[in-house]
Amino acid sequence: MTVSLAPRSIGITTKDACVDFPIFDAKSRSLKKTVMGLVGGNISSTSKVPIIEALRDVTLTLEHGARVALVGHNGAGKTTLLRLLAGIYEPTRGHAEIRGRVAPIFDLGVGMDPEISGLENIMIRGLFLGMTRKQMEDRVDDIAEFTELGDFLRMPLRTYSTGMRVRLALGVVTSIDPEILLLDEGIGAVDAAFLEKSKQRLADLVERSGLLVFASHSDEFLRELCDTAIWMEHGQVKQTGDLEEVLRAYKGHP
Amino acid sequence: MAPPRPDSRSWSRTFDDLGGGWRQRQLWGHLGWQDIKQRYRRSVLGPIWITISMAVTAVALGILYAGLFGVDLAVMLPHVLVGFIVWGFISGAILEGADVFIANEGLIKHLPSPLSVHVYRLVWRQTLLFAHNMIVYVVMLLVFPQDLDATLLLVLPAFLLLMLNGAWVALLAGVITTRFRDLVPITQSIVQLMFFLTPIVWIYEDLLNSPNAAIAERARLAEFNPFLHFVEFIRRPLLGQEQELRHWIVVLAITVVGWALTMVVVRRYRSRVSYWV
Repeated sequence: MTVSLAPRSIGITTKDACVDFPIFDAKSRSLKKTVMGLVGGNISSTSKVPIIEALRDVTLTLEHGARVALVGHNGAGKTTLLRLLAGIYEPTRGHAEIRGRVAPIFDLGVGMDPEISGLENIMIRGLFLGMTRKQMEDRVDDIAEFTELGDFLRMPLRTYSTGMRVRLALGVVTSIDPEILLLDEGIGAVDAAFLEKSKQRLADLVERSGLLVFASHSDEFLRELCDTAIWMEHGQVKQTGDLEEVLRAYKGHP
Repeated sequence: MAPPRPDSRSWSRTFDDLGGGWRQRQLWGHLGWQDIKQRYRRSVLGPIWITISMAVTAVALGILYAGLFGVDLAVMLPHVLVGFIVWGFISGAILEGADVFIANEGLIKHLPSPLSVHVYRLVWRQTLLFAHNMIVYVVMLLVFPQDLDATLLLVLPAFLLLMLNGAWVALLAGVITTRFRDLVPITQSIVQLMFFLTPIVWIYEDLLNSPNAAIAERARLAEFNPFLHFVEFIRRPLLGQEQELRHWIVVLAITVVGWALTMVVVRRYRSRVSYWV
């Protein structure tokens, strides 16, 4: 046997991957006119159910160590691409192969329960991100310290202000050890002093992760965390390459 | 070159989903508990309310139907009560199953977890509810002692089968209703109807042995109701009644056929659920 026994490498490969959404509740086809040209992909009207081609022919190879920025206008397919890379959407046509444990951080609030305490939420959010109970118990002190919430952690989450919730969520998501880290924008809404502190933690998290894809509109943030970039437009990859190069092309574009 | 065919419809992915979900039992185990505590979070008695409200309904219906059918209360009340507990699990698995992916839309769209995680959580939650309700059964045994024997042990395999069936029903119903939302209210109506067609507030054997030949004849039709077998095969050991092999055979057959059908559907449509929710 000449099969190499190389350790499983972290990475994502897609080949001509498409994501087509059936829109079951679109009663009138006039929706087609409204949507087309404004946002996202193209709507095909050949089948009975209108279909939105949210992503088309995405071919990417992301290897271990990649730090990829994802840029594009609203509705260009950034979030959908992240979901494809996370394995949430399996391509309707084409291939996608994901090797490694994915930690998607698209929405800080998902999986949080307002009725239970901050501490319990830390545990649940960690379990959702693929950690074990034991791992979370080891980290809870560190997270508690980072959030600066003190005794508030024993109070139900519904008593927290928005900023406090964000702190808690950021504390948890930055404490994990992801193999593939997928970040969507919306990591704002924190006070300036806290943001400085979380930036360091975010940078550490990225350092620990094997592979990062980060969608954001903030050039400054992207430059801090990424070195290469993917530019999405109308559900297709418009350009890939060096971060500065792609940003220049993207910004020069109307 | 034609784009390669997607490989999402494979048996290995189907089994990966079920197995991967099982490995995340820390997650759904925790969530299942949370669901129970959650329901009565700010009340004093907490989850015991689930049990109390079930008991009150069962006792009231027991008294009512004992009077209507002219059956001894000491027979009717345990019958209705145990029937209610079992039906609670069955209807819970079906009704919540029909909503399982729709209710978890946020999680499905934000986290790449196997679909089966949501189903295991549901079955686990229903199992915990069932365990809560067994308190009423124990209290009932003190008030109306039953003639229990070693066949009581059959409750364990019977409940295990009930869980297995709850899992496939929730998985199947979940996938189908996510695509066809109209089926959610239809499922609710059917479950409500089945409650009356299943011997919970009435006693099957009494109708079979009815002196009125027409009623006895018609009662046989109830045999076609699969829920009858599920209720009977677990209620009988709980009330110290004799086991009947045919209930077990029907339940086993439904378990096998149901899972086979579910696997075919899951294989075909598993990857579509996140698109449909």
